[in-house]
Amino acid sequence: MAAETTKPSRRPAKSARKGQSRLLQGNEAASLGALAAGCNFFAGYPITPASEITEYMSREMPVRGNPFIQMEDEIASIGACVGASLAGRKAMTATSGPGFSLMQENLGYAMIAEIPLVVVNVMRGGPSTGLPTNVAQGDVQQARWGTHGDHPAVVFCPSSVSECFELMVMAFNTAERFRTPVIFLADETVAHLREKVVLPAEGDLEVIDRRRPAVPPDWYVPYKTDGSLIPRLADLGEGYRYHVTGLVHDERGFPTRRADEVEPFYARLFGKISRHFDDLMLTKQYSLDDAEIVLISYGCTARSCRAAVRLGRERGIKLGLLQLLTLWPFPRQAVEAALTGRKAALVPELNMGQISREVKRVNDGRTQVIRHSKMDGTMITPEEILGRMREVA
Amino acid sequence: MTAVHRSVVYDWLRHDKKFPHVWCPGCGLGILLGSLVRSLAQGGYDKNQVVLVSGIGCSGRLPVYVDVGSVHTTHGRALTFATGIKLAKPELKVIVVMGDGDATAIGGNHLIHAARRNLDLTAIIVNNLNYGMTGGQYSPTTPLGAKATTAPYGHSEPSFDISALTVTAGASFVARSTVYHVTQLDQMLGQAIAKKGFGVVEVLSPCHTNYGRQNRLGSQVEMMKGFKKQAVRADRWDKVSPAEREGRFPIGVLADHGRPTFWETYEGAIERAQAIRKEG
Repeated sequence: MAAETTKPSRRPAKSARKGQSRLLQGNEAASLGALAAGCNFFAGYPITPASEITEYMSREMPVRGNPFIQMEDEIASIGACVGASLAGRKAMTATSGPGFSLMQENLGYAMIAEIPLVVVNVMRGGPSTGLPTNVAQGDVQQARWGTHGDHPAVVFCPSSVSECFELMVMAFNTAERFRTPVIFLADETVAHLREKVVLPAEGDLEVIDRRRPAVPPDWYVPYKTDGSLIPRLADLGEGYRYHVTGLVHDERGFPTRRADEVEPFYARLFGKISRHFDDLMLTKQYSLDDAEIVLISYGCTARSCRAAVRLGRERGIKLGLLQLLTLWPFPRQAVEAALTGRKAALVPELNMGQISREVKRVNDGRTQVIRHSKMDGTMITPEEILGRMREVA
Repeated sequence: MTAVHRSVVYDWLRHDKKFPHVWCPGCGLGILLGSLVRSLAQGGYDKNQVVLVSGIGCSGRLPVYVDVGSVHTTHGRALTFATGIKLAKPELKVIVVMGDGDATAIGGNHLIHAARRNLDLTAIIVNNLNYGMTGGQYSPTTPLGAKATTAPYGHSEPSFDISALTVTAGASFVARSTVYHVTQLDQMLGQAIAKKGFGVVEVLSPCHTNYGRQNRLGSQVEMMKGFKKQAVRADRWDKVSPAEREGRFPIGVLADHGRPTFWETYEGAIERAQAIRKEG
């Protein structure tokens, strides 16, 4: 490994110094995670607070000989990603609320046609142009239900710069493994935060690639699946001349309206995700074992919760935290366990209760669930969380 | 043009796709499909290296019949998907089939930017002057005063000239033809597909079921005869007086020039980036 250079950094940013600790911004770590996971196509449209990812990729993609393109809008960006993925690339786009809204239709296309790709949404205040440079967590339900029609969704949410890296690798691996679009849902604070990150050495990283056909082109039935429920995906231009459509399709990829094909199609689309819930639902626990009051949180708010747990315990309040790294599929089992036997659960979030609603649904009478919402464009502080304890304790 | 053997049709159409096709009897899309297949065969392209991309509507259903990689995308976004495919694998021949609504209404922004970037794609824009599959509503190419299901009292907006628009936006090759002028259409498609850079072929095609019926233009045959009367060879267009141009349009090659494609200029960026990284 070359020694750290002291030259001013007007050159393109150094690529990841694997196995080394670095001071990184969340958006940079997310970009590095994407590259480490094999991202070799980027199409995007700049928007605060996600622009650093697009800028980072514009520096790194040409160095690796890979395509980077700044498209005319967000609709075009995700469209290009779908096309690139079909041609065998690991594609990513990055945006924020307004752009994420524009991407929804093609996100649905990627869902129904089962195209792996990663969409980054760095949340800002909304709706509309909202609070472009302020933190919010208002896109949680949009990430789940933004596109039309019924479909599964996979959404990861980092709370730290390290998690930006780790969850981005996870996002690409999940997209490739399950042939599905994956949403990386960060918030402005985590995206712009700078922290020390220890990057894994290259060999220590598990990188998953989509399963490509194991049969010659003539035998390939593009949406026929084995027991995994996940069809193998051939790269366009490799001799596999198949059809891809956003219409509900049969095993051969051609449109169908036959009830005996439509129903099994949807069942498989949900089934391929639901049978792997255990692998997908990531959570972290802090001081949860003996906690009387559980905090359930995610993104930057989970950081305040960790501080609140520490401060609370210093003051004799037995607090614990369940941090959600996967928002969708909603980590039901972990939340159920965290709610069971507690005096109360508090769900702080920067919206009017988008996850607390889910917690209440899962709670099913186990304990008292209280939401703590904040919508002023600033973070929830540990003191605010502790302030709610009087109501709870 | 030399005669193309019938076997071409069997080589290039999908064996596992049932005919008849989805289009109305008399629709021009069948003629275009034949023309496209002949152009591809004539050009000697490898089926494995051709990808057909389409948007939504009647024209969106065209690629499904051709035995190549085919992607039926979302309304208006075919060019964006094609951009990704082409950048991912620059060696592929990527051909995009769009309707006039696809290309100039919902996808109008993508069209002008694809032309500006000079992406090495071929855009076939099937212009039937209305939204056919959706029921004959007006599109950006519906002529002023014409009737449509959303213009029952006559259309209040002037229409786009697709070819002129793409010439101005910077396409390397622009041609217009009609499904009446099949021999010329074969040639125009052949040239556009062979052309390096963004090639556009605007294809006038009758929608007698909706547009023709609402505007009392008669049967599909009469609409085809209308194209014959309205079309003027591009090299004779200058001789047509402004008064005589009313309701008529030039057909043939309207722009043909060479300039670097997106990928060619991007390769320069790759070289510079790698050189800088090496130094660092």
